[in-house]
Amino acid sequence: MPVDSDLAGRSFPPTAPYTVSREKLAEFAAATGSAYDGGAAPSTFPIVIAFQAMLGLMSDPTVGIELHHVIHGEQRFSYKRPIAAGDTLTAQLTVESLRQIGGADIIATRSDLTDANGKLVVSAFATLVHSA
Amino acid sequence: MNAGDILPVQTFAVTRADLVRYAGASGDFNPIHWSDRIATSVGLPGVIAHGMFTMALVGRALDTWAGGPGRVVEVGCKFTKPVVVPDDDSGVEVVVAGTVKDVTEAGIAVALEVTCGGVKVLGQPKALLSVG
Repeated sequence: MPVDSDLAGRSFPPTAPYTVSREKLAEFAAATGSAYDGGAAPSTFPIVIAFQAMLGLMSDPTVGIELHHVIHGEQRFSYKRPIAAGDTLTAQLTVESLRQIGGADIIATRSDLTDANGKLVVSAFATLVHSA
Repeated sequence: MNAGDILPVQTFAVTRADLVRYAGASGDFNPIHWSDRIATSVGLPGVIAHGMFTMALVGRALDTWAGGPGRVVEVGCKFTKPVVVPDDDSGVEVVVAGTVKDVTEAGIAVALEVTCGGVKVLGQPKALLSVG
């Protein structure tokens, strides 16, 4: 089944609130050979939450994505402020564009991570390459 | 930092054990990052690192150059070549180089080059660091 041609512009339900813990930040830092010093989160940490939003997109039956045919093509994070332990973040994913190149669907997504006050903390832009 | 500055090259060892820890920390359990059987069945030379793992190494380099975490305003890259990680004790080496492109009110623009075995593995990696 091809990817839904009306995918561009669709927003998906927000993820459940995720409280960033010192323990998780330490685990994430250690997994990349670093150590967490108690301050700002590592700059790629938002992927932990954005990934859940992307899984929501990829497992939606109306979207038509075959999970095993998806490659992560590109990623960018754009911050309003650093993430800190104690932040409770929610991610909402919007599909920004859908293009076809060489038989593959290029799906550009933006996941906006907001805090408990509803303020935007970081936007995670992920391009997914889906081959039929 | 000043425009034109060449930042000290950062070198990171990547082993299979790191990919296991990163899968756990990030929640990405795609088997192409831990199973040679599955990786080769989809045409890869073997297990490859998560693109986001390589990007996390970029994040570490940026934090080192910035003097600490919390100064990354933007970071982005394309995942252009896989980082194949053999099942041995020494793994492979990812080398992260950076140059300051310019310094404006928006921040410090850094262009990076990320290689493994002399081959670029990320496309157009770049970042913006907050000033001071």
